[in-house]
Amino acid sequence: MTTPIISVRDVHKSYGGGQNRFDALKGVTFDIHKGESIAIVGKSGSGKSTLMHVIALLDAPTSGVVELEGVDTTALRGGRLNRTRNKTFGFVFQQFFLTGNSSVLENVILPLKIAGVGRAERKSRGLAALEQLELADKAKNKALNLSGGQKQRTVIARALVNSPRIIFADEPTGNLDTVTGAIVEDILFDLNRENGITLIVVTHDEDLAARCDRRLYIRDGLLVEDSAAVAA
Amino acid sequence: MRTIDIFGSAISNTFRSKTRTILTILAIFVGAFTLTLTSGLGTGINAYIDDTVTSIGASDVMTVTKTQGGATGVAADGPVEYNPDAIASEQPGAPGSTVVALSPADLETLAGIEGVVDVEPTRSISVDYIQAGDGRKYVIGVGNLIAGQTIPLDAGAEPDDGTADLQLVLPVSFVEPMGLGDADSAIGQSVTIAITDAERMQHLIDATVVGVAEEGLASPAGASLVPNTALSDELFDTQNVGVPADQAERYAQASVFFDPAATDADISALKDRLADEGFTASTVADQLGMFKTVIDGIVLVLNAFAIIALLAASFGIVNTLFMSVQERTREIGLMKAMGMGNGRVFSLFSIEAAFIGFLGSAIGVVIAMVAGSAISSVLSGSLLADLPGLTLIAFDPIAIVVIVLIVMAIAFLAGTLPAARAARADPVESLRYE
Repeated sequence: MTTPIISVRDVHKSYGGGQNRFDALKGVTFDIHKGESIAIVGKSGSGKSTLMHVIALLDAPTSGVVELEGVDTTALRGGRLNRTRNKTFGFVFQQFFLTGNSSVLENVILPLKIAGVGRAERKSRGLAALEQLELADKAKNKALNLSGGQKQRTVIARALVNSPRIIFADEPTGNLDTVTGAIVEDILFDLNRENGITLIVVTHDEDLAARCDRRLYIRDGLLVEDSAAVAA
Repeated sequence: MRTIDIFGSAISNTFRSKTRTILTILAIFVGAFTLTLTSGLGTGINAYIDDTVTSIGASDVMTVTKTQGGATGVAADGPVEYNPDAIASEQPGAPGSTVVALSPADLETLAGIEGVVDVEPTRSISVDYIQAGDGRKYVIGVGNLIAGQTIPLDAGAEPDDGTADLQLVLPVSFVEPMGLGDADSAIGQSVTIAITDAERMQHLIDATVVGVAEEGLASPAGASLVPNTALSDELFDTQNVGVPADQAERYAQASVFFDPAATDADISALKDRLADEGFTASTVADQLGMFKTVIDGIVLVLNAFAIIALLAASFGIVNTLFMSVQERTREIGLMKAMGMGNGRVFSLFSIEAAFIGFLGSAIGVVIAMVAGSAISSVLSGSLLADLPGLTLIAFDPIAIVVIVLIVMAIAFLAGTLPAARAARADPVESLRYE
């Protein structure tokens, strides 16, 4: 068996100390393999967002290890950590986090700008990503003037532009109506299937979770059910 | 993120919230404007004094008088012994004050002192009147031009000391009353100078006007004509006809030349040596140093006010950027999630602050220069018309650049506080929306 792209080993995460200590994760262990589509499912406050932040290296676990392609990430610090995040991950959030007054293209190429890619290459790769999401004609529009579905597609283009190996989608359809939400889901799963990008979706929506290869149910900071384990 | 992209992003972020940025820029503008005007005032006045210094005397000359044994008049603290060499002073001072005359022997002593390159006695010549053709007769003084001095000329040239022709430079205020037309037409005309010798005999000497001096606060000419050496000799000899030879060579003061490369320390050492020999020496810089000190002091106080205005404006920058950091929390979080380092986030905001500072100061400096030039040209035509040659507010390019840099530095410092907050922001915290 190949090395899992992400390996989570007994991860604990707690906030505060003493009386106010709150344990968001109480020992979670699982592996994610390349090309999988995974749903992390749980209610609000279950610890699913914390888990995503830890896997996405936005937050360090209190104890336990997160391995990225077999490499212990606790050793990653500062510039290397930032570069790893920039090159490996793409993010799609429920709230779009677009800069309203900038053009759609400007928003999409932000990860490339941060990576230090040159102006010309930024533009061509940004346009390619927009092309892929059928937004090329909106490239010069202000992000402010897009519809909800267009905004979420812009966000996906932004997640995609730096050719990440893993895309994190935190409630990607939470702000969209059913029809648009379905379109956005299709796009994400197409990327997963056709480009082999590992997709990690955080959601409380059972229908969305059902479309993933595998579901991890989180409750009170514990992994209560892993659909892969059940199947096996 | 590339440095050029950080600059680009910082600059475009500056214009994201236009009203707020413009108000902040206005606050800085006021400070930079004031600072530019006050420093321009200092530059203008000091430049005027410098011009005046070079026209009053060369930098390698000091005026030497013989130190008097004791003061007379009000300042006296006892009877003063009679000194047969004491003569009435031509220098400014209380009427009736005297100085001890320098004799040829004194001049030799002076020439022998280490560091003295040359000694030139200052002749005092007093003429009765000056007249052009049959025109009115006017009382006029005789000025002295020593090497290194320049006369601000309206027309013509400085008197030529190398020629045997009798030449002079006339103050501009004499030209019209004497019937010489305007400054240009006076050049080349002949004038008559009347001088009385020791035997009460009046002599008339003809000389040619070669130049017309403009009026200045401390022009060597003033209301005096400036002769060339030939005319000066002629006048001095005529004046001393009938004076016993040993009495003719008496001078109230002398000019001592020293090495032009002398440092301040060399000059004060030379003064000490002169004092040991019983002479009092002062350079032109000594005489005008006081003015400059006072003006520098005033300008310093004015600059301090401008700096206070800038400090107030810098709090505006802190405020603006704090609001901006607050508004862009999500964006900062996103950029950090995407792998933007803390240092880069810090640079992004502090460069934005410096850029706001640059805009405010650049606009302030440019408008201050326009306003300052307008003010000084209006004033020099009205209120300050009596001080020709004075540009009240002048601008020194280096000072302008320094002002812009100082304002940018202040703005940068003001920006570090919000920038540090942005850099510290936790991406997880900023992206939370539950």
